[in-house]
Amino acid sequence: MNHWLAIVGMMLLTVLIRASFLVFGQRLAFPDWLNRALHYVPPAVLSALVVPMALAPAGAVDISLRNAYLPGIIVAALVAWKSGKTLLAILVSFVVYGVWRWCFVH
Amino acid sequence: MSTSLSRRALLLEGVRDTVPMLVGAAPFGVIFGTLAVAAGLSATASLGMSLLVFAGSSQFIGVSLIGAGTALPVLWLTTFVVNLRHALYSATLLPFARDWPLRWRWPLAFWLTDETFAVVEHRFRTKGSEGGQWYWLASSLAMYGNWVLWSAVGVSLGQSLPGLANLGLDFAMGATFAAIVAPQLKRRPALGAAVAASVVAMLGRGLSYKLDLMLAAGVGVATGLLLEQWGKHKEQAA
Repeated sequence: MNHWLAIVGMMLLTVLIRASFLVFGQRLAFPDWLNRALHYVPPAVLSALVVPMALAPAGAVDISLRNAYLPGIIVAALVAWKSGKTLLAILVSFVVYGVWRWCFVH
Repeated sequence: MSTSLSRRALLLEGVRDTVPMLVGAAPFGVIFGTLAVAAGLSATASLGMSLLVFAGSSQFIGVSLIGAGTALPVLWLTTFVVNLRHALYSATLLPFARDWPLRWRWPLAFWLTDETFAVVEHRFRTKGSEGGQWYWLASSLAMYGNWVLWSAVGVSLGQSLPGLANLGLDFAMGATFAAIVAPQLKRRPALGAAVAASVVAMLGRGLSYKLDLMLAAGVGVATGLLLEQWGKHKEQAA
């Protein structure tokens, strides 16, 4: 894949979205349902990325001790949920992931 | 004299109010740079993405999709959907910027991130927008310089430790997404959106062009909207 083509496309889309109202003004209208729908985009997209990564890191569903992604990602979600601290959650989950691999995967 | 003085004061105020956001974004810049290299992007392309796209979450998702060999239209569609919330920011700030010349509005739009939106919107709403373009510009440039700088640190880290990818950097991506999404699930419709999207993503695993992601996002958003609607009806009935 051409990485630069990918990046330039991402740039154009992003800047056009950001410029939408600021540059093109009130000729655009933002319907109410779209406004509400936007709130659900991050949880939907991120969950759709994370859950398969946790349950099937190598492509096939793997709920066994050998899958260190599952406990690591569960811990990341739990710590972030409880504390609201993203960075802390990532660090703690990394420790769990590392220790788990060391205990069960080798 | 007095205008240049107040201009400097506005620039300083903009940077100062953005400092917490700079600190918060820094580690993610480093993680992004490292992951981009691990996903197979060249150092220039990794840095180019931070310079040209300048949108944290879509950069993370973009790099993970590029690493998985996703087709360009799906990558772009995902970018569009993930960044659509910025149109909302654009609309919210328009009343303040309506009379500014286009040479101001284009660059400020290019640099409009979640963080700068939060800072600028709060300032304008509480203290007014007089001379606000300088304040806004300062916040934008601080975020931009910070993001590019820490991305570069991450890129050089990823390059000097090529084995880093095997040490579970793909796990770091999953953990980052999980940590970002979890606190958003405290409201029931959002939780429903996440569960529905996850189920569809699991069932649709391996669909061509990563269409499973778009399908999951669509079903998730629809579920969220339906649950929200349903909650309102129940409230009215009670």
